[in-house]
Amino acid sequence: MIENRPWLTFISHSVLILGIIAVALPIWVAIVASTHPAEAFGQGSVPLWFGNYATETWQTVLFSAAGNGVDVPVWKMMFNSLVMAIAIAFGKIAISLISAYAIVFFRFPFRSLCFWLIFMTLMLPVEVRILPTYEVVAKLNLLNSYTGLALPLIASATATFLFRQAFMAMPGELVEAARMDGAGPVRFFFDILLPLTRTNIAALFVILFIYGWNQYLWPLLITTDDAYYTLVMSIKRMVSVADGAIEWNSIMATTILAMLPPVAVVIGMQKMFVKGLVDSEK
Amino acid sequence: MTVTFPHKTLPWLLVAPQLLVTLVFFLWPAGQAIEQAFYQEDAFGLSREFVAFENFIELLQDPYYYNSIGVTLVFSMAVAVSGLSIALVLATMADRIIRGQMVYQTLLIWPYAVAPALAGVLWWILFDPAQGPIALWLEYMGIEWDHFVNGGDAMVLVVIAATWKQISYNFLFFLAGLQAIPRSLIEAAAIDGAGPVRRFWDIVFPLLSPTAFFLLVMNIVYAFFETFGVIDATTAGGPGQSTKILVYKVYEDGFVGLDLGGSAAQSVILMMIVGLMTVVQFRFIERRVQY
Repeated sequence: MIENRPWLTFISHSVLILGIIAVALPIWVAIVASTHPAEAFGQGSVPLWFGNYATETWQTVLFSAAGNGVDVPVWKMMFNSLVMAIAIAFGKIAISLISAYAIVFFRFPFRSLCFWLIFMTLMLPVEVRILPTYEVVAKLNLLNSYTGLALPLIASATATFLFRQAFMAMPGELVEAARMDGAGPVRFFFDILLPLTRTNIAALFVILFIYGWNQYLWPLLITTDDAYYTLVMSIKRMVSVADGAIEWNSIMATTILAMLPPVAVVIGMQKMFVKGLVDSEK
Repeated sequence: MTVTFPHKTLPWLLVAPQLLVTLVFFLWPAGQAIEQAFYQEDAFGLSREFVAFENFIELLQDPYYYNSIGVTLVFSMAVAVSGLSIALVLATMADRIIRGQMVYQTLLIWPYAVAPALAGVLWWILFDPAQGPIALWLEYMGIEWDHFVNGGDAMVLVVIAATWKQISYNFLFFLAGLQAIPRSLIEAAAIDGAGPVRRFWDIVFPLLSPTAFFLLVMNIVYAFFETFGVIDATTAGGPGQSTKILVYKVYEDGFVGLDLGGSAAQSVILMMIVGLMTVVQFRFIERRVQY
């Protein structure tokens, strides 16, 4: 604090509290909406205070069917989302770790070509090559499968860069010492490199888990079977029913459940999250 | 790094998984999109003929395409400007606070984790013309609101939903930028008699400009490519063409309209835009490291 200006401190707190209220407003309405029966919607305002239908809504959504044309319960879609998010996060980290390892600690022909090929993925987000990617996955018979949900998304230029950066910062004496002691490349990777990059991996995992969980367009395209729906994309199917028939209470309950795991990760592992966010933008 | 392992096959085995996924799911489809852009195919995929640049020419004569470019520019500028200014105000306030800063940060950054599609649905219910509390309040104030009918309203809705999610990201980077400004500079200015407002505009704001520029680029990239969910779950590009951003048009023309050549030509143009943005991003990041 440079100088004491009580009124300015007061304004600061007020603005921040206002910001927090504005940011939290949709969540408040969503939670309240999930405690009312479907009939409470469409006439007058959306309720702004709790009703007494919470148990019914949440029980139906979680265990019998999400409703609005989606016949699987939320727990099943939550499982699918979890599989997808974890497979994407682990997959990206694993293949990026080893390819960065190869690029930094070995010399082989076409090394820089490999690096540039990986770099190219940065310029090709799914959104710009939707149709041909769908066709490739269809040809490989991966529609409606966990492999199809995760595999096409696990190439990662960002993660490869990040690990490359971390590896290049390591002193060359480390490798020399390891080799002197008779450690081969595999031993060096597992016993020295991996423990030294542990915090990088953890930070990246948080970001990639959120990325994987929040995938929308890709699962929307390749899953037509309810059994493979992920939670985030199921929202689209739920709001697409005829206007008057939308069951807002179950949509809001599903929405809350769909955002809960990544939000919990951000709040619970805030330090790791911030580190991952800053790292992955470098 | 000068010390390496002498090994011939191992490095290939190590890069193989990444390369394989890249080739099969990224480069191969991208190549197909480029090829497809020069062909015209009937809707059943039975025959196709080489048409050279006709798909591109058609696209550049299509008023809907220009409309989509305009919509994308308005949308991304609105998201970037409102997201950056709100986040800057919040970060400046949070930077002043010593006790409880962490609490404020926690309560402001969680929307980052909410998927764009969910953000869209959450704001939709607040603005639902028949029952949304904000829509009803606007009506009470004499402002008519119906994002299903009025294109401007639809645009405002998707901008709000997309910005809401992005504020946390901007906030974190602004706060880090503010905390990196040396205290001694600000103290010196204070001793010279500069008040908080003067200090902000003459010292803090210029020193923050690299962060702001970086965030501007990131926000535009976000608005261009990561907001598909917001639009798809709420307005689906409508009413009419009023919220059909470029990424949404590629999807709709390809999957719903089955105009494969046209969609592929749009993909190629988008790839060039991403390429350009990546170059800008990297150029800039080099500068940031120096700074």
